Amino acid sequence: MEPTHNIRRLMDLYRTMSRIRAFETAALNAHKEGVVPGPLHVSIGQEGVAAGVCLNLTTEDRITSNHRGHGHALAKGAGVQGMMRELFGREGGHCRGKGGSMHIADFSVGMLGANGVVSGGIPIAVGAAQGLKMLRSSAIAVCFFGDGAINRGPFLEGLNWAALYNLPVLFICEDNGVSAFTATDTVTAGPGVIARAASLGVPGVTVDGNDALAVDEAAGRLVAEVRGGKGPRLLHAKTFRITGHTSTDAAAWRDPADVAAAKARDPIDRLGLLLADRGVATADLDALRLAVFEEMEAAVNDAKAAPWPDEAIAYEDVQDVGAVRFSGVSA
Amino acid sequence: MSMHQVTLVEAVRLAALQEMRRDPTVWVMGEDVARGGLYGQYRDFLPEFGAERVVSTPISESTIMGAGLGAALVGTRPIIEMRIFDFVMCAMDELVNQIAKIRYMFGGQARPSVVVRMPHGIWRNSAAQHSQMLESWFVHLPGVIVVTPSTPADAAGLLVNAIRSDDPVLFFDPKNLFPATGDVASVIEPIPFGKARLAREGRDLTIVSWSAIMPAVEQAAATLAADGIAADVIDLRTLWPWDQEAVCASVARTGRLLVVQEAVSVAGFGAEVVATVLETLGPARVKAARRLGAPRIPIPFSPPLEDAVKVTPAKIVAAAKAAMG
Repeated sequence: MEPTHNIRRLMDLYRTMSRIRAFETAALNAHKEGVVPGPLHVSIGQEGVAAGVCLNLTTEDRITSNHRGHGHALAKGAGVQGMMRELFGREGGHCRGKGGSMHIADFSVGMLGANGVVSGGIPIAVGAAQGLKMLRSSAIAVCFFGDGAINRGPFLEGLNWAALYNLPVLFICEDNGVSAFTATDTVTAGPGVIARAASLGVPGVTVDGNDALAVDEAAGRLVAEVRGGKGPRLLHAKTFRITGHTSTDAAAWRDPADVAAAKARDPIDRLGLLLADRGVATADLDALRLAVFEEMEAAVNDAKAAPWPDEAIAYEDVQDVGAVRFSGVSA
Repeated sequence: MSMHQVTLVEAVRLAALQEMRRDPTVWVMGEDVARGGLYGQYRDFLPEFGAERVVSTPISESTIMGAGLGAALVGTRPIIEMRIFDFVMCAMDELVNQIAKIRYMFGGQARPSVVVRMPHGIWRNSAAQHSQMLESWFVHLPGVIVVTPSTPADAAGLLVNAIRSDDPVLFFDPKNLFPATGDVASVIEPIPFGKARLAREGRDLTIVSWSAIMPAVEQAAATLAADGIAADVIDLRTLWPWDQEAVCASVARTGRLLVVQEAVSVAGFGAEVVATVLETLGPARVKAARRLGAPRIPIPFSPPLEDAVKVTPAKIVAAAKAAMG
């Protein structure tokens, strides 16, 4: 393996993962406090996948995400203040308070949105790749979905389509082993996502998703192939969702041994150990984690202080022609 | 401007052709479109525009719809061909949860500029899964435009506007009227959404309709005229937005309203028209407000059974006379 991982790159991975962890921890705490409404799907334990993949992308590249999309958005460069305000449903949120956690999006950095429907982003990513190819863009589309999505029709349709038209799209199966509350292997026949993709003409590789370096290296190779016109590729990243399905799921149903094992394989701690091994001072890593904690704490305070959106905003962004106008009187 | 007489299917072919020549980001995708489409509505597009802009797809409705959306998000303007309306059921997530929602739930960041073409209605004894008229479902759906033309000129002008629209447009081709002929201009100008066409003027009764049943309505209006009943006949052309002003102004003059729809009458768009007119004008100014549509049963196969379900000129005449009291 080439020594592509200089300290700076490792620190980039470490910083991105730490920011995702800090953002989601702050959001979860705010949710417990009762100031973040609605369901929150966090990706604590899965940060290595978002960080490792997105480090290989440009701002022009587009990503689609699933309902667990905070990490993908942050790794793609989405603004933290706009994200946190969106989670709080406040003015200045990326989606003007109309999407929330489940529909987090920042088109200005190529993040085409999280999606409340499992596999919903697959056809969209495939079409984005088709459009980019038609427009002779060098950008590619990257599609994040979970292991639950491989049992939906759009997975089959989308991979077939991407291979058929030789589209510049990279599929990322972020395999945390659970489809909501059910172990995916108990509801999935056959040999799994790589075999399914191969049967549709989409080559794929499996990596340890809790090893950010492995994700980065594999994604780097696959992104280069996709960008080079070789057609779609799939990255199967095996990881573990340490927390529950949603913010209100205490995950008491999980086997404590599995959770303990996952915590021992925590992607951030693992990379921290490696960095220490390569001579980075522990104090520097602590300082970084403190800095991102403070960044997210500031974002929470900003969101708490931000005003609620004006009622009229509910009537905007529906359609240009045939839009219903706000009467000025609350319904 | 020169006019020429063409069939409706040729009119919409010319409209799409004109727009694809005008704008290189417009393209069409769907089953068999490279072969000209099921009805010939894309005949000869492939040699002119090539396989990248005239994309025959797998029978994968979810991805036809969803990929169209994705391609729109990066700046192209796809025409998404559903072949037969009823197949949109296989793409309802992509249409209802994605296309109709994406601009709103992302706070205006996304512009899903797509045209979804869905040839609908009773056609050649095609039975329950190839004959439906469910346009009213989509009027209920915020975020989309609903277009239901009945003449070659209207279909062409509305399709041009649909392709140029930044809003997602659901374009219901009246497939049974594809062979119908009419004049179309050599340069097709866009027809705005929400403006009805007055098909016939009369002072006694207002008949409101749209899409494939319009010829039957006009035939019935001629029969009524011979019987001394003069009907204002309004072709709505688009159901969202729809021309409430024109309909209310007409009923304000005639005092009587009949809405004719090929679709099942129960909870159909006719109910919306009747309710809006009554709310706007008040019951005192409306002497009659009636709906005529299909019974709440699927479309049967056998010709006499299908005929029994259809709204016919004779049924329209009878309903109009009942409305006259």
